[in-house]
Amino acid sequence: MTQNIIVIGAGMASGRVLEHLFDASADVNVTLFNAEPRGNYNRIMLSPVLSGEKTYDEIVTHDAAWYEANGVTCRFGERIAEIDRVAKTVKADNGDVLAYDKLIFGTGSNPFMIPLPGHDLEGVIAYRDLEDTQRMMDLGPDNKCVVIGGGLLGLEAAAGMAARGVDVTVVHIMGHLMERQLDEAAGYLLRKALVDKGITVKCSANSKEILGEDGHVRALLLDDGTELPCDLLVMAVGIRPNVGLAQASGLAVGKGIHVDDQMVTSDPDVLAVGECVEHDGAIFGLVAPLYDQAKVAAQTLMGAEARFVQKELSTKLKVTGCDLFSAGDFADGEGREDIVFRDPARGVYRRLVIENNVVKGAVMYGDTADSNWFFGLIRDKTDIAEMRETLIFGPAYQGGTPLDPLAAVAALPRDAEICGCNGICKGEIEDAIAAGAADLGAVRATTKASGSCGTCTGLVEQVLAVSLGDDFVMPTAASVCGCTDMTHEDVRRMIKSQKLTSMPAVWQECGWKTSCGCHVCRPALNFYLLADWPLEYKDDPQSRFINERKHANIQKDGTFSVVPRMWGGITTPDELRAIADAADKYMVRTVKVTGGQRIDLLGVKGEDLPDIWADLNAAGMVSGHAYSKGLRTVKTCVGTDHCRFGTQDSTGLGIKLEKELWGSWTPHKLKLAVSGCPRNCAEATCKDIGVICVDSGYQVSIGGAAGMDVRETELLVQVATEQEAIGVIKAVTQLYRENAKYLDRIYKWMGKVGLDWIKDRIETERDALVDRFELSQTIYRKDPWAEHAQTKADRYQPLANLTLEAAE
Amino acid sequence: MTDWIDIAPLEDVPRRGARMVKTAMGCVAVFRTAEDEVFALDNACPHKAGPLAEGIVHGKSVTCPLHNWVISLETGAAQGADEGQVATYPARVSDGRILLDRALLRARAAA
Repeated sequence: MTQNIIVIGAGMASGRVLEHLFDASADVNVTLFNAEPRGNYNRIMLSPVLSGEKTYDEIVTHDAAWYEANGVTCRFGERIAEIDRVAKTVKADNGDVLAYDKLIFGTGSNPFMIPLPGHDLEGVIAYRDLEDTQRMMDLGPDNKCVVIGGGLLGLEAAAGMAARGVDVTVVHIMGHLMERQLDEAAGYLLRKALVDKGITVKCSANSKEILGEDGHVRALLLDDGTELPCDLLVMAVGIRPNVGLAQASGLAVGKGIHVDDQMVTSDPDVLAVGECVEHDGAIFGLVAPLYDQAKVAAQTLMGAEARFVQKELSTKLKVTGCDLFSAGDFADGEGREDIVFRDPARGVYRRLVIENNVVKGAVMYGDTADSNWFFGLIRDKTDIAEMRETLIFGPAYQGGTPLDPLAAVAALPRDAEICGCNGICKGEIEDAIAAGAADLGAVRATTKASGSCGTCTGLVEQVLAVSLGDDFVMPTAASVCGCTDMTHEDVRRMIKSQKLTSMPAVWQECGWKTSCGCHVCRPALNFYLLADWPLEYKDDPQSRFINERKHANIQKDGTFSVVPRMWGGITTPDELRAIADAADKYMVRTVKVTGGQRIDLLGVKGEDLPDIWADLNAAGMVSGHAYSKGLRTVKTCVGTDHCRFGTQDSTGLGIKLEKELWGSWTPHKLKLAVSGCPRNCAEATCKDIGVICVDSGYQVSIGGAAGMDVRETELLVQVATEQEAIGVIKAVTQLYRENAKYLDRIYKWMGKVGLDWIKDRIETERDALVDRFELSQTIYRKDPWAEHAQTKADRYQPLANLTLEAAE
Repeated sequence: MTDWIDIAPLEDVPRRGARMVKTAMGCVAVFRTAEDEVFALDNACPHKAGPLAEGIVHGKSVTCPLHNWVISLETGAAQGADEGQVATYPARVSDGRILLDRALLRARAAA
């Protein structure tokens, strides 16, 4: 007996059901309704249509001839108004009532539109069907478009429009692109590739409002006040199963239409396939499971046994030039390990997640040729114990080549600057090597590379090693940590010369061996990045030690110490009263006068920090940064104000210096002092930077120490005026910030680069150094206590308090 | 069957970070990795009881803020040359919420 089948929705899943039925010559009579005024086309190929690589005709799956040949009654552009499941009939929009034996839902999904103010303006669209695609294609070159959503669909839309000459900006709420499929490192490479295509990418960006003019979209306004002008705004933030009709018909519906393993809904005569279904708690957006569902549904309709089983999924991005693959699961689970491979030379990143000798997930960027092989390992749960050592290199390398630690340097272009002091590029060093320079000394003699501050020595040696191969024996230098073979100096040079402005960029371009660094390298990288790229890089609190993250010093019992700033060691009765009140109110255990001429409140509970800061702020005090690798104190004597020997206003200069320098981050802590005369009551000659006032001016000396090592400062320069002294100190601080290894005090850094080199740089570049210091201070010269007390106070409280819960 | 308690939204804990949860029997540190996995461990390093919730989270490990012991978030075991063990508790993320096992509180309350 011929089955009457009515299909609602001509999509990829329902289309595949029909193919299976007709291929098996099933005895069916099909009526196909579709709200879109056309038949089944390959929706996932809309992106190539948008980018111009394909035409609509090329992506039509079933044309009129196919429907006719298979006897399908097409009712395109028509919706179903209602379903009577008892009578087993559907009623079309125009009032026609049709009987069915079996009904198939293929209603697909609806794009999710964020209900931002202005989302209903003309020119705000989703990216879902041919109409949307056409709108994007109609937007001529040189128009502006904003895409909200940095997932698969959003990026394909962005790339497609960029290929048509549209000026595209992608706005993504998360920290990196495609965060559901990719980790940070792959997200970084993807972003780089998209930026190369001329697309502007804004991550961690919150949309606030869509601005319009005469009813048409004009711009997108972000949380931070940025306005992104646009002629078209595409929202590609996700899909929701289209369940309206199913719900109205009384079928069981959750996130999607509930189906069992046979794709049958809560009504035995109604099936559902595709993006509208929910199976075992999951909903589906990729094509592979949809096709599996279609096969099962067809079997069920023909009375055969079949079960739909959810499988591992893989994703590939359809953007030309971005080879990207992600499969399986690289999160959620215990006992998992990472294998990471980076080849900066080829822009390749691979990461495998292994559990019990089985590959659970894979992320690949740059070279996805082996993706099917890895996907096979995931799907088949292959035991990889035997090939574990060489697994990451792919099937061709089973047998093994070791990872090349020189890949990062080999990857540098010839015009990459290696020696910043002398402006020597990699190419010049290669030329010198080609001309006969066979060791570091010879390269230095002929090119001057690494001949000044010496911090690029490691990179020069690596260029030698890359150029000469086995003829050059690399001296061993200590690497930053186990995550990399590079030294601190190498990494700093790479950050500067390759303009690496994010941590994932450093990890990738310097060939980090771990996925996200460790407690040794992350604080160092965080400092290097913020010191070299103050505007581009955003400080990462999670890469800071607790003291710098919580702006207080942790004590052995887990409480904290709080030290408000006393500019130049000067305080007032009002400030002292406020400190005393705070000490009482927060039950401070110990109040101590520090060596830096200020007061330390020890034993404050972590939860009380925002409150005590707010109280101290109210009395006009700010953080003393007593916890930071940054400016600590400027110690002073009373100078000409009171002292009969004083030659200059040492207190005044100390206060000015502290007000100029506070908030700045440095490689290690930075302590200053200003003494009013050579009697040196402020002990300036054992500070990192010390000033001794004399009748004729100010002696600025650097490199003192009074810790594990005790050193006397060495004279940098004598200047006549206070202004010059401040300028020199800012310049030397900036030089130290830009060049020293993380956790080297000035005296250690000076021991490596030499006082003469520092003098020379200060003499020739003072103004530029001061400018760069000031630029950085526009961001960092502010009170972190006020900011945290006002905006982050909740982070200092327990996440939850379950003490009541347990007592019940 | 595990009885899960809804603690907080996932985004209340920063990526590569941790927050502390108070229980009647002591503090538990709830960690979130770069991959959005969550782990729950006693908030006390086996060395000198340092607050692990204040440490730097890297991979699936945390470094104690007091003396840089590295503790595995998965097993609670001290890594490298150090020896020691922190208690771990079931934790998971569901629909963007952090869930902890209610049994851990009962067991501790009964102890």
